[in-house]
Amino acid sequence: MFCPGGERTDCDPGCRMDIFSQTKNRFARFFNVFFRKRRSRIGIYGPPNAGKTTLANRIARDWTGEEIGVVSEIPHETRRALRKKDICITGSNGNTITIDIVDTPGVTTKIDYKDFLEYGVERDQAIVRAREATEGVAEAMHWLREDIDGVIYMLDATQDPFMQVNIMMIGIIESRHLPVIIVANKIDLPDASPQRIRTAFPQHPVVQVSSTEGKNIEELYEKMVNNFG
Amino acid sequence: MIGGVQIDLISEERLSKMTSMEKIRLILDDVRQGTIVILEKGLAPEEQSSLIEMTMREIFPDGFNGIEIESYPAREESFLARLLGKVPESRMTVIGPANQLKMIRKDRDLISAWVSSR
Repeated sequence: MFCPGGERTDCDPGCRMDIFSQTKNRFARFFNVFFRKRRSRIGIYGPPNAGKTTLANRIARDWTGEEIGVVSEIPHETRRALRKKDICITGSNGNTITIDIVDTPGVTTKIDYKDFLEYGVERDQAIVRAREATEGVAEAMHWLREDIDGVIYMLDATQDPFMQVNIMMIGIIESRHLPVIIVANKIDLPDASPQRIRTAFPQHPVVQVSSTEGKNIEELYEKMVNNFG
Repeated sequence: MIGGVQIDLISEERLSKMTSMEKIRLILDDVRQGTIVILEKGLAPEEQSSLIEMTMREIFPDGFNGIEIESYPAREESFLARLLGKVPESRMTVIGPANQLKMIRKDRDLISAWVSSR
């Protein structure tokens, strides 16, 4: 029997890898308590158009004065994981965390270049955009398996949180025992229902924000200091 | 032969004898041919992660544009099980080509889907 890594194992598929990653994460957390790991990589994940880059830009702007990426209403504007290093966030109690923010492409199980045509993108450009988007999603999944220490899972509070991709992603994050904060974004919009998100994921902290307006963003920083520190 | 859509229902027993890569390969090969695959027991989180990644790598213009996947929500684990870090088991899962399978409604105990032929 072969696990995804290719090594031979006699356990259930994925099981050996799971036990290994669990043990690795537990040791990492144990040593973090005593030696305070200098920097954590926090991935911003979520479906397309949830506002991941808007949030990444706000965090980077608030704490470093610089932005990370370009924001657009066309899905999959972010097609490569973008990283901003050495962001120091200080909580109200004076505790500080130093993180690298990794803004990832929106995770999905399907991408059709024809969807971009509706936004006025030319066919050739749409095909390129779709190809880059597929590569970006694959890369984001790879990051999650290998290089992420914590996750901000971003959801559009006007959309159904029970979408399968959200259920799958939260399950994947939980299986890796990564700390996660769920952000219910776009609460400035009239159809927003952050309570639906709390109901969908009662096992995780949920912060409701408007990344565009900066509403409630301080609460998110407090949660980040407490959960990723 | 009558026109229609092939549906493969794969038992938990058969899945348990397969490696992660064998399962993912089987799903993607079937789905790319227009088959709807129903797994009696869903994939593990690591396998789901790999399935998303491999699906992305196989998408091409005017051909395969990805998968539609739905499963029942996982059953809630007891407090003790959660304390011990037990990951909830995934349940029956339906997977199909994104351009043929559309989910209409999903509840805790009902998945309603529309399947079109190619």
